[in-house]
Amino acid sequence: MSRLVDELKGGLDAPICLTWELTYACNLDCIHCLSSSGRRDPRELSTAEALAVIDELRDLQVFYINIGGGEPMIRRDFFEIIDHATTNGVGVKFSTNGAFIDTAAAERLAAMDYLDIQISLDGVDAATNDAVRGEGSYATAQRAMDNLAAAGFGPFKISVVVTRHNVDQLDDFLALADSHGAQLRVTRLRPSGRGADSWHDLHPTNAQQRQIHSWLLAKGERVLTGDSFFHLNALGESLPGLNMCGAGRVVCLIDPIGDVYACPFVIHEQFRAGNVRDAGAFTAVWRESELFAELREPQSAGACASCGAWDACQGGCMAAKFFTGLPLDGPDPECVGGEGELALAGVTSTPRPSMDHSKPGARAAGTPVTVPVVLGRR
Amino acid sequence: MLDSALALHPDVALRPERFGALAYHYGNRRLVFLKHPAMVEVVRTLAEHPDLRTALDANGVDPSQWDAFDRAITSLVESEVVIAR
Repeated sequence: MSRLVDELKGGLDAPICLTWELTYACNLDCIHCLSSSGRRDPRELSTAEALAVIDELRDLQVFYINIGGGEPMIRRDFFEIIDHATTNGVGVKFSTNGAFIDTAAAERLAAMDYLDIQISLDGVDAATNDAVRGEGSYATAQRAMDNLAAAGFGPFKISVVVTRHNVDQLDDFLALADSHGAQLRVTRLRPSGRGADSWHDLHPTNAQQRQIHSWLLAKGERVLTGDSFFHLNALGESLPGLNMCGAGRVVCLIDPIGDVYACPFVIHEQFRAGNVRDAGAFTAVWRESELFAELREPQSAGACASCGAWDACQGGCMAAKFFTGLPLDGPDPECVGGEGELALAGVTSTPRPSMDHSKPGARAAGTPVTVPVVLGRR
Repeated sequence: MLDSALALHPDVALRPERFGALAYHYGNRRLVFLKHPAMVEVVRTLAEHPDLRTALDANGVDPSQWDAFDRAITSLVESEVVIAR
């Protein structure tokens, strides 16, 4: 496997798969939203531009894409876009909060091939879920799952971001997925987007990291993880998966306005490789960007070089380090050896997201919850 | 498996890579890494030969490697990338 991993770290001529956030518009206002979504961006790719991106991905033989947002089904041309992809050999897996999966939409989705659906759910009960995803979002997801079942969609996925508050529900999530004939997907919470503000309250404790590792070793065969927990491999036994950061090497992100970032968790100027509207379009960005060339160079273990676990954890997640203000060549903030916690104690400032599409009235990224806004006197 | 008549599953697409190829099964959504260029040729031409042994021979795979190829092809059958015909 290691020769293959070395090849992958050096980057491929085309991504294996990629994430495409179709819109920043969203009906919800989740406190951990990776893309600080809420309002549509007026620069959003047009239908014609979106279809051209798909044609390019088809030619590059990108076999599938992960579509998200915002809430992707808000786009009026959502079905046109996914139809064009799936009929051109670009399979689609899309993430949704389910608000737009009514009976008619469920039937339409059930009739399509090469399509997977992920319903986002962050608690097995309304109280746990709605605290993160907003009032009523549990009931919305439930209704969408019922509609998909009634339409005979078949096995969809339930996608869970593991937090301090739902980590004890992992078995219950599995039972919930089973009861719907669904597959469970659990991923790591990242301090990206609005998650930068909620991460400290939501991210699993060090003891819970061990709990997640043991649970994945016991149940992981049946559960999808997007290989997002490889930082836990430092605990000993390796989890299934490639055990490497794929950012800019085998995966990337296209955002709603066509900007190409190294991965879905680093929507920040520093990790922007280009735009699909640039000359040469996506292919040129993927193959020629200086940022991606750098990410494909061998990465230094830096401060972790003397740690015996580095081969296992690879220093963890670049995005998690970046948005918590840690150096990229040092420990992950959730380093299971406790090095991240020590490093975090010395952080004096953290980078702010370059873009924020939060709805007015929503807590803006960068505004600490506890500090009231003081208006000047006129 | 050496005596079996095999073929690449019709829902599988191959993408050539320096290390070999990516194989993607549109039906069961499995992505498999074919980690050897010779393996890619064998898999691609399975249906043109009466059995795996003949396919290996025709692609110039040294008989000392047939056991390893046999094991690799067996795992591809398990993931339905390769099927009996």
